[in-house]
Amino acid sequence: MKMKKICFVLSVFFVLSSCGNDDDNSLQEADVTFSFNHNWDGTEVTSLDFNTIQYTNANGEELSIERLRYLVSRVMLTNASNQEYILSDYNLIDVGTEVGLTFTGETEIPTGAYTMSFIFGFNNQDNIDGAYLDLNSTSFNVPMMLGGGYHYMQFDGKYINTSATETGFNYHVIRAVDNPGTNPIFPQDTFFEVDLGTINISNDVSIEVEMNIAEWFRSPHIWNLNDLDTVLMPNSSAQIMMYDNGQSVFSLGTITQ
Amino acid sequence: MKCLKLLFVTIIVCTACTNESVQRYQPTPLQLDIPPLFEQNILAPIIPSDNPMTVEGVALGKKLFFDPMLSGDSTQSCASCHAPQNAFTDDTRFSDGIDGNFGNRNSMPLFNLAWNYDERFTWDGRELSLERQAFEPVSNPIEMHSNWQEVTAELQNDSEYPELFDLAFGTSTIDSTLVTKALAQFERTLISGNSKFDRHLLGQETLTPEELNGFDVFMDEARGDCFHCHGNANNPLWTDNIFHNNGLDATFTDLGLGAVTGDPTDNGKFRSPSLRNLVYTAPYMHDGRFATLDEVINHYSEGLQASPTIDPLMKKVDQGGVQLSEQDKVDLKAFLLSLTDDAFVTNPDFQNQ
Repeated sequence: MKMKKICFVLSVFFVLSSCGNDDDNSLQEADVTFSFNHNWDGTEVTSLDFNTIQYTNANGEELSIERLRYLVSRVMLTNASNQEYILSDYNLIDVGTEVGLTFTGETEIPTGAYTMSFIFGFNNQDNIDGAYLDLNSTSFNVPMMLGGGYHYMQFDGKYINTSATETGFNYHVIRAVDNPGTNPIFPQDTFFEVDLGTINISNDVSIEVEMNIAEWFRSPHIWNLNDLDTVLMPNSSAQIMMYDNGQSVFSLGTITQ
Repeated sequence: MKCLKLLFVTIIVCTACTNESVQRYQPTPLQLDIPPLFEQNILAPIIPSDNPMTVEGVALGKKLFFDPMLSGDSTQSCASCHAPQNAFTDDTRFSDGIDGNFGNRNSMPLFNLAWNYDERFTWDGRELSLERQAFEPVSNPIEMHSNWQEVTAELQNDSEYPELFDLAFGTSTIDSTLVTKALAQFERTLISGNSKFDRHLLGQETLTPEELNGFDVFMDEARGDCFHCHGNANNPLWTDNIFHNNGLDATFTDLGLGAVTGDPTDNGKFRSPSLRNLVYTAPYMHDGRFATLDEVINHYSEGLQASPTIDPLMKKVDQGGVQLSEQDKVDLKAFLLSLTDDAFVTNPDFQNQ
């Protein structure tokens, strides 16, 4: 008789336990992971593809990638009530050293419908000179004569110029600036928000963001490296062209949940 | 009841024993003396969890650093090639070992090593920690030309060292791992952050117009563009500790990082050195080819050599470099010398005394 009772109690325990497990499958909150992938017109680009002249830009110039690191900030999800969930205040992505390519938000997000967005670079409010110790430690700063703050992107490589010579280029994106010196003037903001569209989060989710590197050279401005290869930081016109071209660089990749 | 009493007494005795073992000797923790600009601007130094800083460990490391017992014939210490008065480098292009042989690299200055976040040491990044780096020169046949068995045996038979190791590490049994740990602890205390430029940033000193213009040259992408590799006012290390080919040669006799990684795209790349204390660290570059700072500046201005791995940050390579005016060269040098930390080279904590 005692044995029967024990069996009954154990059965009830297991039934309740299994009910509990079922409940866990419909999460109230979820982890959100962002991954940044890179391609050249659909062909994947990783650090293994660096240092070889193998890409051709819209202007027909053959080029290599030797360094590619950029900043994204205010990576966030916004719900229908305009409540913002910031997954990362900022994140430096270094494709060459494969640092920062993937990150998971520190807090879980309530399941539901959201729009996804981030800022390329820092907005002016966040772009505070010297404020971020990790970015200072990796020398991502912009000189004070150009307004201080931080690079949005450092993209270095080599291209074959019209003299058939391998030449360096430094496609460095910063806040556009005129009148370098003690009183710099900022003609136009050159950070921009990337809207990745909507997502319905029902479980832990991995969101891939794609950067098509070729777009930096294509649209709306076909980039002529022979004219614009180096010393682009103090060139506000070049910075505004980078801003324009940057609008089509990022897109939403695969979502897995 | 008697049984319970016995049990109670046994528990008390055992607990007392446990407490005694917990209170065993521990060396004294030591906090690095971090300069204010480092504290304010950059990430904390790297201290390995298996080699925490201690007063006794640093004292032992210092004694070992200056002790010629580490070389094969007891004539050379670490300080022979890393002299305090030279910001812990050598004043000759190449250093001679105990047998009079010379290497092919200039001795690297030693300071602010705990802020090398990637922990790749030496010119070519061969050594992946400060502790590992300290292993190498002792047995290198063109340097101290000893071997660790002999060195540790000698230290073990010394009248002082066994006790000093006991104080630093809780054991008087000396091995190479503990020797290198002690050396690394001492090296991490070699911190330089008190130059005129530091004091200028702290509002304690004024730069001359020449030094200020030199800093502008340094930071101006259209002139020196030094900052992309050597940092800026927000990074008091004045190096990125990253590997670059800075256009010294069209072809390479020394592959640098390439010899370490086996990747030909790394050929000719060497670690950017800090620009602090340049007045003490001549000659310059990985092979000490430039005797003066003027030669270094002229190299970046007119002397660049193209090669497949030259860093794209090297500008106007087809013209030989960034073509600085004579005034900008003079001023750039004045700024660079404002990064001199005289107190570092005379710091009594770092002398053999």
